[in-house]
Amino acid sequence: MKTFDVAIVGAGIVGAACAAALTREGMNVVVIDANGIASGTTAAGMGHIVAMDDSDAQMALTKYSQDLWKLRADEMPGNCEFENCGTVWVAANDEEMIEVRRKHVYYSAHGIDSEILDENKLREAEPNLREGLPGGLLVSGDTVVYQLTATKFLIDKAVVNGAELLLGDHVVKITNDGVALENGESISASIVVNAAGANAAELTPQLKIRKRKGHLVITDRYDGFVSHQLVELGYLKSAHGKESDSVAFNVQPRSTGQILLGSSRQFDAETGEVDRDILCQMTSRAFEYMPRLRKLSAVRVWTGYRPATPDNLPYIGKIPGFENVYAAAGHEGLGITTSLATAEMIADEIMGRKSKISPEPYLPSRTFIEH
Amino acid sequence: LITITIDKKSVAVEDGTTVAAAILNAGNTSFRRSVHGDARGPLCGMGTCFECRVTIDGEKHQRSCNAIARDGMEVVTGE
Repeated sequence: MKTFDVAIVGAGIVGAACAAALTREGMNVVVIDANGIASGTTAAGMGHIVAMDDSDAQMALTKYSQDLWKLRADEMPGNCEFENCGTVWVAANDEEMIEVRRKHVYYSAHGIDSEILDENKLREAEPNLREGLPGGLLVSGDTVVYQLTATKFLIDKAVVNGAELLLGDHVVKITNDGVALENGESISASIVVNAAGANAAELTPQLKIRKRKGHLVITDRYDGFVSHQLVELGYLKSAHGKESDSVAFNVQPRSTGQILLGSSRQFDAETGEVDRDILCQMTSRAFEYMPRLRKLSAVRVWTGYRPATPDNLPYIGKIPGFENVYAAAGHEGLGITTSLATAEMIADEIMGRKSKISPEPYLPSRTFIEH
Repeated sequence: LITITIDKKSVAVEDGTTVAAAILNAGNTSFRRSVHGDARGPLCGMGTCFECRVTIDGEKHQRSCNAIARDGMEVVTGE
């Protein structure tokens, strides 16, 4: 039986990034996914590469990863649709304008350019936003990417460097010796990386990951209707809500002229079906910010599951209870953004190097203070 | 008769005419362009196939087979 240096469970963007990074180190890698490349959470998301200030650790990781994406930009084929559209955090009231100013100072302190937009500048930047919004924060370095082709790009890099792909095989068990497949076979590997996203905790229950369902809508092509990724400032409040269902205004312009419209968050949803109630709440929220969205025609609605952890930070590093099993999972809604940094940190840990940022906040061995 | 414009040309049509019929009667069978640039026109005529979409009064992607012409309406095809 063939033995690999590393078996990566999951061919989403995080698994793909790990495969690209580890093959670059000269490792003999196999990537296993029951459903194919970018078939889970990766496929369902938006592809927003965003610097987020939810916590200092989240800022460190998103900033680091965003820089890595920019280094890859020239290498990525055109079908990755890597576009530097920037993000505008939209304030709905004066209280949120205080938050805009706080955010501006915080981003500056972390080396990220941003510009405070007043009411007029906001309308100039996005004429389809409703009148009377007091302003926002433009973070011009944020980008978007078509995450499916970007995942393929990373997988292709790994394959060129000798990685093998096992698609259609379901991993049922992870051990120190490798993985066991549903068909009874096992794959021997010195190191296993659990990059199974929303399903990662099924294989290594040490990880506390809950599925957090989201809805997205995509419209027909309306070139120029939206120019930046627009996110309401209340978004973090929505993302932070621990239990209850929530929605937030979040739209993204695609290079096709289509518009992606989100977002919703629901814990413990029983099925992946579209939930009409929350979909209506989500679109109503969007119409409050952008009334003309009502006139556009949507071509598709779908759902997906974010892999959410108790402290909104991913698991990156060795999993307690194993000798050589690593986690690269639990990225909630930031997996596209933070995939590249995650992969570098996994590679650093395996190679015994110091990472560019402190790995401490993301270690699976961390304990959680419930809040 | 009422008057609408199709691609900036005035066209007189009977009241109650669908926009799709008005466009066809004006001799135009290329209602829009596909993503790859191919000419597209009405197929189902009942609002299901979305092939007959045109811009009506500035609103893109309107199904012309389901829209009734109104006096002064501005229709743009070929987008």
